[in-house]
Amino acid sequence: MNQRGAAKALHKPIDPKLFTWPSSNPRLLGSRCNNCGTTSFPSQTSCPRCCSEDVTPCELATRGTLWSFTIQGFLPKSPPYAGEETAATFQPYGVGYVELPDQVRVVSRLKVSSPEELEIGMDMELVFEPFRVDEDGAEIISYAFRPVA
Amino acid sequence: MTDVAIVGIGIHPFGRTDGVSGLEQGAFAVRQALRDCGLEWSDMQFAYGGSSAAGNADSLVNSLGLTGLQFINVANGCATGGSALQSAYMAIKSGMFDLGVAVGFDKHPRGAFAVEPEKMGLGKWYGDVGLALTTQFFAMKIQKYMHDFGISEATLVKVAEKNYGNGALAPHAWRKTPLTYDQIATSPMISHPLRKYMFCSPAEGGCAIVLASAEKARQLSTQPLFLKGAIVRTRHFGSFEVFTQGQALEQAPSPSVDASKATFEMAGIGPEDIQVAQLQDTESGAETMHMAENGFCADGDQEKWIREGYTRIDGRLPVNTDGGCLANGEPVGASGLRQVYEVCVQLRGQGGARQVGNDPKVGYTHVYGAPGLSGCTIISR
Ligand SMILES: [Zn+2]
Repeated sequence: MNQRGAAKALHKPIDPKLFTWPSSNPRLLGSRCNNCGTTSFPSQTSCPRCCSEDVTPCELATRGTLWSFTIQGFLPKSPPYAGEETAATFQPYGVGYVELPDQVRVVSRLKVSSPEELEIGMDMELVFEPFRVDEDGAEIISYAFRPVA
Repeated sequence: MTDVAIVGIGIHPFGRTDGVSGLEQGAFAVRQALRDCGLEWSDMQFAYGGSSAAGNADSLVNSLGLTGLQFINVANGCATGGSALQSAYMAIKSGMFDLGVAVGFDKHPRGAFAVEPEKMGLGKWYGDVGLALTTQFFAMKIQKYMHDFGISEATLVKVAEKNYGNGALAPHAWRKTPLTYDQIATSPMISHPLRKYMFCSPAEGGCAIVLASAEKARQLSTQPLFLKGAIVRTRHFGSFEVFTQGQALEQAPSPSVDASKATFEMAGIGPEDIQVAQLQDTESGAETMHMAENGFCADGDQEKWIREGYTRIDGRLPVNTDGGCLANGEPVGASGLRQVYEVCVQLRGQGGARQVGNDPKVGYTHVYGAPGLSGCTIISR
C-alpha cells in the first residue's frame, strides 16, 4: 500500500470557505452585516449594500423556496467547467436560485433536471454530494438543492 | 449649451467576415460615416472608440491618419459602443469640441463568450460546477418574469421570428434568412425556457457615428439628427444581474429602468413619443422584458403587444427594425452603435424594405450588458 496515497484525504470540499464540511449538520456559509443586517453569499468581508466592513460570518438556512430555475441543456465550456462528462455522456442539469428565508437567494445546482418537476415557489432542501474525483483520487464535495419530498 | 447633432453614420456589415480584422472593420465604418457627411478624418477633433476582443481602438489612427487628434479608448462591456457615444456627446456638450466620432468594432471567436470567474472576483468553485454561464442568467430572469407576469413561450418565439424577419431586410445584418415560428419553437433547448434560435451569438462588425455641435452641423450639407439624450447607468444593490451567486432579498429595478428614465427626462419627452426603438435583445426574453423596463408598456402587457404585432415594422412601435442582436450577432464594441445607426437610418427615411411608416421623427436605443449596465439614447430630427 502506498503510504503517501493512503494519507490523502478521500473527500475534499470544493471550496473550504463555501460551507462547513465535514460536519454532522453541514451548512452553507454567508456573512451578515452588523450595520444594515444584509446577508451575503458567499461570505465576504464587506457589505455590498451599505459598504460597512463590520460583517460577521454566518451559517445559512438549509431549506428555502425556489425563486427561479433553468435547465443547463449543453455541456459547458471547459475551463471553467470541471465536470467529468463528455459531449456523449452529458445529461442536462437543473440550476436555480433558492430563497433562504430572511437571508439571501443562493445559486445552486439542482438535483432535478426536468422543468416539469420544478415549480417556482416550491420547497427545497440543501444536500451535499461528490461532484467529481480529483487527480489525487479524492472526491470533491459540492452542494445542491432538491425538492423537499 | 449647444445641442449635439449626429451628422454621419457608417457601418461595416455584421456577421462573419473572414480575412478582415476587427480594426479594419472599424476603419471601414469610420470612412463610411465621414463620406456620409462629406468630411475628412483630418476634420475630426476627437474620437472615442472601443472593442472588447479585436484590439485597441486608438490604433485606428494608423490606418485613418496620424492627425494628432484626442483619441480615448472606451471599455465598458456590452455597453462599450453606447459609452463611446455618451462620451462623445459630453465632449461636444461641454463646448470643448465641435466635431468628433464615436466608433466601435469587434471580432469575437466562434462560440460562447469565454468566462473566467476568478477574474471577476468569483470563486473557482462557481465555474467548476457549471454555474458561470450567461445563458443561465438570461433564462432564469425570463423564467421568473414569465411566472410573475403571465408571459407565454409563444411570445418568446414571436419576438425571435420578428427579428429574423427584419434582419432579412437589412443589408448590414448577419442572418438574412427569416426563420419560421416552428423552426424557432422546435430548435434545441439551450437553457429552459430559451431555445437556440432565441439567443444571439458573438459576431463581428464595426460602426461609427460622427457628431457635431448644432452650429457646426448647420454648416454641413447633410440633414442633421439630434441626440436629445444619452445616459449610461450601472446596477444598484438588489438588481438581478449576470454572475450573481447570492441575490439580495430586496429587489431593485434594473439599470435599464434608471437609464431609461434619466434619458427621457433629459430629452423632455416620454415613451409615448417614441416612434421607433432598438432594445437590447441578447435573447428574445430580454427584448420582451426591456419593453417594460424602458417604459414602453406595463409588465405583462408584452403578451398583448406581441400577439397584436405592435412591435413589428408595421406596428405602433417598431422594435429592432434591423433584426437586433438576434439577426446581427453581438460584436460587443459595435453593438450599441449599430442601434444608433439603425435609428438614424429610420429617421432619415432610408430604411428601404424595412423603413417604418408614418415618417418617424423620434427614435430610441437601449443597450444592456454584463455585469449590469445600460445605455440609452433618444434621437430626433
Ligand atoms: Zn450593510
